[in-house]
Amino acid sequence: MAADAGELTGTRTGSAVSTVGLVRGFEGTVVLDGLDLEIAPGEFVALLGRSGSGKSTLLRALADLDDGVAGSGELTVPAERAVVFQDSRLLPWARVLDNVVLGLDGEDARRLGTAALAEVGLAGRERAWPGELSGGEQQRVALARSLVREPRLLLADEPFGALDALTRLRMQDLLLELVERHRPAVLLVTHDVEEAVVLADRVLVLEAGGIASDRRVDLDRPRDPGDPLVVAHRAELRAALGVEQ
Amino acid sequence: MTTVAPRPTGDPRLVPRPRTRRGLAPGRTTARGLLLGPALLVLIWVLGSATGLIDPATLSPPWTVVSTFGDLIADGRLQSNLLSSVQRAALGLLLGIVAGLALALLAGLSRAGEAVVDGPVQIKRAVPTLALIPLMIVWFGIGEEMKVVVIALSVFVPIYINTHAALRGVDARWVELAESVELSRTSFVRRVAVPGALPGFFTGLRLAVTIAWTALVVVEQVNATSGIGYLMTQARNYGQTEIIVAGLVVYAVLGLAGDTTVRAIERRALSWRRTLGS
Repeated sequence: MAADAGELTGTRTGSAVSTVGLVRGFEGTVVLDGLDLEIAPGEFVALLGRSGSGKSTLLRALADLDDGVAGSGELTVPAERAVVFQDSRLLPWARVLDNVVLGLDGEDARRLGTAALAEVGLAGRERAWPGELSGGEQQRVALARSLVREPRLLLADEPFGALDALTRLRMQDLLLELVERHRPAVLLVTHDVEEAVVLADRVLVLEAGGIASDRRVDLDRPRDPGDPLVVAHRAELRAALGVEQ
Repeated sequence: MTTVAPRPTGDPRLVPRPRTRRGLAPGRTTARGLLLGPALLVLIWVLGSATGLIDPATLSPPWTVVSTFGDLIADGRLQSNLLSSVQRAALGLLLGIVAGLALALLAGLSRAGEAVVDGPVQIKRAVPTLALIPLMIVWFGIGEEMKVVVIALSVFVPIYINTHAALRGVDARWVELAESVELSRTSFVRRVAVPGALPGFFTGLRLAVTIAWTALVVVEQVNATSGIGYLMTQARNYGQTEIIVAGLVVYAVLGLAGDTTVRAIERRALSWRRTLGS
């Protein structure tokens, strides 16, 4: 049975992501150690963890970008997935709109791509080269590229990690806005505890290949980083990560 | 200090500020800049001949070469020979580019292709073109075919080497991106691999154009009945230095024109690149 080897087995009703006993490792070292995870449709999950805790390995497994990596377990994800990388990963030789619609065909693609660019605030920049855009704008294009696919699961690997603090705040707002409109399930890998608490419905802490903490954040949005409830969540998560206040 | 008049339009505070300090980047390449070196060489030639430092028997003075050009054009020899030279070089170049590209794509995009193609090309690379001429004469005779084949064989090597290396060097991040948006194999080649390898291809093309002229010179010394090389071989037999020099000038201009053309095409095709040299 394919599922025993941790292969993708299409969509199961009820949850957007489901893993049972997921194991992944490199050269004999186990990175994900029998991980069980459920993400509901439309749920925004942030994933924290120290470096080496397996965050990226998990994200890559869910994105089906770990072909050939040893492992086992059961993994169910929707076919409609989109990935946002830490670097915007735009093809420098393709214009912005061509980057957005990369891999899509049909007459509608360019119209949808233009609409997606407008949605991220880049209307009129369709013919620009990626090299002409600022870092924040490039990451907006990357967001547009993932949204135009109408994903049921959005996987984001520290998407704002390379941006300056101010741009990062704006991008967080934009991401929330887009997620509220398109309602994909989201797995956001981040090293920023505050970002996790401000954005997510649920914050996971990954440690030694398993989920060490699974916390719901039931607060109204938009959330103020100075709100005492946000601060309390942040403090407890920092403790779970072993970071001194 | 010099005072600079403000520009008539826009904010009056925006006055032109001349550059006072050299940046670390070498700056833009201009057409005028590219011609400076060749112009200096010509100047030395003119001065040397005028002062008698250069013996006319060793190197004809520029004015003799100019009048020789006039004669050659007047009796139509330059045009007809230039035409057959350019045709040969262009045909050989075209065949070489097509072959080099096809082999590079084959070897760069499939492991089996690389196993079959790469070894023989590396062997071909180690064999000098001159050494192949006797065999080519046996195979193709001493006519046009042999000449075009030798040029194509010389040209395809730099095209192959550079395009293949660039294809192999396409960043793994683009491969990952292509997988994440589920690009088909053909779309991957068309949208990612080929455009990503284009800078390498152009490096190869610039080498190839120069090599095409070099190979042309070699094959035209071998039993040609037309072409610039033929004109020069004839001139050697009659000791006409000025025609030999005229032929060299033609080769030089052709080579320079070829390289300039490729650079112009490269700039257009790679306009997305904003690097040190552009």
